[in-house]
Amino acid sequence: MSTEQKPAKEGLFSKKNRSLLIDPMNANNPITVQVLGICSALAITVKLKPAIVMGLSVLVVTTMANLITSLMRNMIPNRIRIIVQLVVVAALVILVDQVLKAFVYDVSKQLSVFVGLIITNCIIMGRIEAFSLGNTPWKSVLDGLGNGAAYGGILIIVAFFRELLGNGTLLDYPVVDMLGLYDLGYKNNGMMLLPPMALIVVALIIWVQRAKTPSLIEKD
Amino acid sequence: MQDLLNIFVKSIFIDNMIFAYFLGMCSYLAVSKTVKTAVGLGLAVTFVLTITLPVNYLLETKVLKQGALTWLDPSFADLDLSFLSFIMFIAVIAAMVQLVEMVVEKFAPALYSALGIFLPLIAVNCSILGGSLFMQERAYENIGQATVFGFGSGIGWLLAIVAIAAIRERLKYSHVPAPLRGLGITFIITGLMGMAFMSFMGIKL
Repeated sequence: MSTEQKPAKEGLFSKKNRSLLIDPMNANNPITVQVLGICSALAITVKLKPAIVMGLSVLVVTTMANLITSLMRNMIPNRIRIIVQLVVVAALVILVDQVLKAFVYDVSKQLSVFVGLIITNCIIMGRIEAFSLGNTPWKSVLDGLGNGAAYGGILIIVAFFRELLGNGTLLDYPVVDMLGLYDLGYKNNGMMLLPPMALIVVALIIWVQRAKTPSLIEKD
Repeated sequence: MQDLLNIFVKSIFIDNMIFAYFLGMCSYLAVSKTVKTAVGLGLAVTFVLTITLPVNYLLETKVLKQGALTWLDPSFADLDLSFLSFIMFIAVIAAMVQLVEMVVEKFAPALYSALGIFLPLIAVNCSILGGSLFMQERAYENIGQATVFGFGSGIGWLLAIVAIAAIRERLKYSHVPAPLRGLGITFIITGLMGMAFMSFMGIKL
């Protein structure tokens, strides 16, 4: 640890470390900018509750995986690093899966294979490869927290709109019914519950984000 | 024979890995800029899915499932190792990918250089692990069905990535609003294609 960079004088929440935590929220968002972890982001956003559980699970796994691989980074031979990373991540995901089965069984059933697919969620492998293999544990933890939270944030935004517009509820609480909109002739848009609409909602988020931050626009 | 055909058609069109479950989206978005590379990656995914599913099927039914170890000793009837399935499946996939890479490099160097970096990357493609996990969840009856399911899912994935790559090649000549360029419009097109594929859902097999 002593040979790396110059972390000795840096405070725990120095400017650089804070940007590790905050950057992923917008300018370096894992889903809309780095394009990592799309698979699971789309499939489980029909309702808000599974999306929140999934976001939290990924947050835990990215943070822990980043921490563990960062602690081992000088011991892992370069050629077999993918297998080592997969084993670390798979072990963490098994723990998360067992915890979910024990405490929120119904949500765990709804998420079905997607809990297992956290293993191959590109965010986790991507952050390990790109960041924690070359940085100190504390920085890696911040990076994992930032990326996990940003991922969960997008999940919650997408799920919010899909559940509200498609089902008229939020966390199974009948918001639209309470407001009395059904009496005025409002109808739920069932299309929002179907898989393709998740892609279109994400595309709209990307549109809004890039319109606000022109530096992210892709040149062709 | 007919049930195999049903599973094959179902896994290509109705349960398409990309349009119905969004599996393997990361490489789907990253590698769909030209048709040529898209075909290469699609073939590699199909190949790996077709060989990992039977292996994982045997693992699931002979080792992991509750009571699966009774062929070894009747006293194992209560043993349930299914909590280990994630780590076993991913280990099998990573090992198979490594093996395939070495075999292809030795016997088909042309194919190897064409696939290039994609082969090792397949180990972390969600559609491969997804295939194994769906196989576990749907509990296919025999190894033939599991293999056909893997092959069909791979073909479905190949179809999807080649189609989007072809559309993206043409998209270069169209006027897309600047913030939507690249990623955004690809998402929207995939969504529209997903809607088109949903018309297959009414088919009863």
